[in-house]
Amino acid sequence: MTRDELRTAFLEEICAIAPEADLADVEEVTDIRELFDLDSMDVFNLLAALHERLGIDIPDKDAPRLLTIADAVDYLAISVQG
Amino acid sequence: MGVFAMPSLGADMKSGTLVEWLKAPGDTVARGDIVAVVETEKGAIEVEIFEDGTIGRLLVETGEIVSVGTPLALVLGPGETLDDVSLADAAPRAHPEAEPDIVSERVSIPTATAVRASPAAREYARKHEIDLETVSGSGPSGAIQLRDVERPSPAPKTWGVDITAMRHAIAAAMARSKAEIPHYYLTHRADLSEALAWLDEYNANRPPPERLLLGVLLIKASALAIHDFPEFNGFWEDDGFRPSASVHPGIAIAIRGGGLVAPAIRDAGTLVLPELMQRMRDLIGRIRRGGFRASELSSPTVTINSLGERGVESVLPIIYPPQVAILGFGAITRQPWVVDDVVTARPVVSMTLAADHRASDGHRGALLLRAITDRLASPEAL
Repeated sequence: MTRDELRTAFLEEICAIAPEADLADVEEVTDIRELFDLDSMDVFNLLAALHERLGIDIPDKDAPRLLTIADAVDYLAISVQG
Repeated sequence: MGVFAMPSLGADMKSGTLVEWLKAPGDTVARGDIVAVVETEKGAIEVEIFEDGTIGRLLVETGEIVSVGTPLALVLGPGETLDDVSLADAAPRAHPEAEPDIVSERVSIPTATAVRASPAAREYARKHEIDLETVSGSGPSGAIQLRDVERPSPAPKTWGVDITAMRHAIAAAMARSKAEIPHYYLTHRADLSEALAWLDEYNANRPPPERLLLGVLLIKASALAIHDFPEFNGFWEDDGFRPSASVHPGIAIAIRGGGLVAPAIRDAGTLVLPELMQRMRDLIGRIRRGGFRASELSSPTVTINSLGERGVESVLPIIYPPQVAILGFGAITRQPWVVDDVVTARPVVSMTLAADHRASDGHRGALLLRAITDRLASPEAL
């Protein structure tokens, strides 16, 4: 999967969790958890959705590495390579 | 024969709008089936039936606003037919059109006029001298909703939570609580090292969808402990305290964009953790999409409020009447903690019990908080 595809997948799953989120203007390094007020259940659902979509098991302790779009794409790119 | 009636979905509810029938005459229904959707100040709510049978006749049409307790449908038992049923059994609403003035008691404007409007919208319109004839409604059958009078341009019907109406409902319940309930507060801090270590190990080898959140442990421990302290579980009514045999904790859930509801997870203490997690996930998902069931709103016997990991250290919650207690958990923070006379860093949660002094005393409240602490220290037993 390309980085663009991973980026799209990540943003789509964030949108599914926070439908009101306007991701068009979000900077790559903004903390989306703060920006969109995501709670622990939202993060749980994000990890579950990425599991379904990309087939990866992200450990709970790595959740902080998905806080920004830039970090998340980096992390997912490594994870999907296995 | 049974009657399926407009339920009371909270102490402040006087009436509701029947938005949709999900069953038709002749359909077989079982206890727990969702039969209708009702719109209240809390949003659109799915209403379950509490008996088995067959839908005989629908007594209220879609779009009608009726008061709590009004029969909505006749339910036939085994072998019964409509011929066996005297319509008098379904009084007072066998002929809905004939009694157009059965609406919320708060509404003094007769609804015999052609305008359909929710009670909140009528109240707002009366206060602000808005002619409802000039407002177009976005609700069922063009009924005028509060949002239509507040913002006179026609608004699209959103199938979900009406934030403005919810604000009114919260305001009414909280003002009543602070005016009527003599609260007392007890706070205790608990070391969650064991609980978090157990949780880490449990989650480590499981794929994300099968994992647990700490909140599930907090709810289970609380529900089990509260079961042993009946004076915190039940309802304060006109003639005193009525304890509940089962513990149905209401879980305070924040709604995106503002607002809060606390639907019940029934018998939470009897559910195994994965089941409880599934119920919480399902409930929070439905709340945020705007669909919850009547029994979830009307039945909490106590409330649990957890601020979550991005919250602050502690919360002093307000009791949701007619309940008599609410537990508030702060965010988990690493704090200096003395173990064997040595200061060490531990993950600590602050929990506060707000309780109704008419129903219980502080001594028992303290014992309850200690019982919850003990259960959290033995997570494998939860």
